[in-house]
Amino acid sequence: MRLSMDLELQDIPGQLMQSLEPFKRYKGNIISVVHHRDRKTPRGTVPVQIVFEIDPSNIENIKNHLEENGIVVVRAGEDRFIEEISVLLIGHVLHTDLGDTIDRIDSTGFAEVEDLSLRMPGIEEPSSAYLRIRATGKEEIAKSLSILRHVGAEKDLLVIEPIEAEKI
Amino acid sequence: MREVRISLVGFGIVGHGVLEVVRRKRELLRGIGLDLKVVSVTDIKGTLFDADGIDPSILHGARNMEGIANLDIIGKEAIQEIDSDLVVEVTPTNIVHGQPGLGHIEEALSSGKHVVTSNKGPLVVAYNHLQEMAQDNGVMLKYEATVGGTMPLISLIEKNLVGNEILRIRGIFNGTCNYILTRMMEERYTYSYALTEAQELGIAEADPAYDVDGIDTAGKVVILANSIFGMDAKYEDVSVTGIRDITPEALNLAWERGYHIKLIGEVPALKVMPMLVPRRSPLAVGGTLNVASIETDLSGTITVTGLGAGSIETASAIVSDIVSIYTSRQIDG
Repeated sequence: MRLSMDLELQDIPGQLMQSLEPFKRYKGNIISVVHHRDRKTPRGTVPVQIVFEIDPSNIENIKNHLEENGIVVVRAGEDRFIEEISVLLIGHVLHTDLGDTIDRIDSTGFAEVEDLSLRMPGIEEPSSAYLRIRATGKEEIAKSLSILRHVGAEKDLLVIEPIEAEKI
Repeated sequence: MREVRISLVGFGIVGHGVLEVVRRKRELLRGIGLDLKVVSVTDIKGTLFDADGIDPSILHGARNMEGIANLDIIGKEAIQEIDSDLVVEVTPTNIVHGQPGLGHIEEALSSGKHVVTSNKGPLVVAYNHLQEMAQDNGVMLKYEATVGGTMPLISLIEKNLVGNEILRIRGIFNGTCNYILTRMMEERYTYSYALTEAQELGIAEADPAYDVDGIDTAGKVVILANSIFGMDAKYEDVSVTGIRDITPEALNLAWERGYHIKLIGEVPALKVMPMLVPRRSPLAVGGTLNVASIETDLSGTITVTGLGAGSIETASAIVSDIVSIYTSRQIDG
């Protein structure tokens, strides 16, 4: 089963090697390791994302082993949503039923609105919403965007997509 | 020394710039074997003609040809009558019917004269037709200044990136929109306040629709589609959204999440719309700058940025086009 884990490592030599050790011990097959040295957390730790295949019964053992060695496990589990995208909506975001707008994405089953920020400058003034959408793949991201475009046209909202989305 | 007799058609901001750059760079151009001589200047009031080259001091401070013209001919008639090698067409643009520039360029090409223009209208309306005319008459039509002003885009692709397949071009092609969005983000100005400031500084026109509604950017998208991608696109084929509905709150929200909002034109998708541009992206240029990212099969993505408008800047692109016509191996003499 394919799983993923988000870790936070101390920025000291040997930490990355140490974090990989339990995967070897519990027969995990590592698919990818992304080491975000350039995106340190406010705590000064380095985020690392590991995607691997393993018998799910071993995941707790890996987690425990890591934590015993002082490595922070932020998240561990099935990796359904592997792609994400940011979108901005401008218009009467709230009064055109924001709940419904989000539902249209969430109800697909393949994508979810994971993060939402609102700016409402005043009554009658257009508001803005930032949405981060996660989905199970690139194609599903593209489908979610198409749903949002449709909702935007229907509710008279300006949908601002990121330039990276075009690469899909 | 190759003498090039130039007819300048249009005596506005760009026309003045062309005269100035030709005057300033005269010696430099002679150094590469070109003697550029402006033999006529035409606007709607008349034509000033001097076969030996117009003395720039006569035009100093003049806003139009009234009281200066020595010939009573204008437009196509002037282009036909005056003996010149090349026409610089810089009359006001109209992207619906392309006139009067379209008629001027047709007349020049059919009379066997090269044409260099900064006028988008004729190219948006009839790019393929005009290029065919140029080919049939054995002359060249150059238009670098129509897209991105002084920023080398068309010549970069045609010369330096030759052999590459161009997959996509995306960029900011309107300095006015970029200025307004930059000020809204930096100063938290409302759209209308930032627009007023741009108008006071002469960056935006009294009627800003052409810029802020994305019409100008769409025109450039059409020119790139037809010239670089060999399409037969019309203005109506472009899906266009402008910047009027962008709010300072939206810009601020985007900024907090690591993005700018920029009006992006895209070819061959034929789209103009505000998009989220990551703050670290090379497309995230501010102020009145233009920028274009050219995605290629061999060279990866190449990004150029520069001033998109201005009298001398646009004239610089025009003079580069003139020089390239006479230094190109395709043309004998």
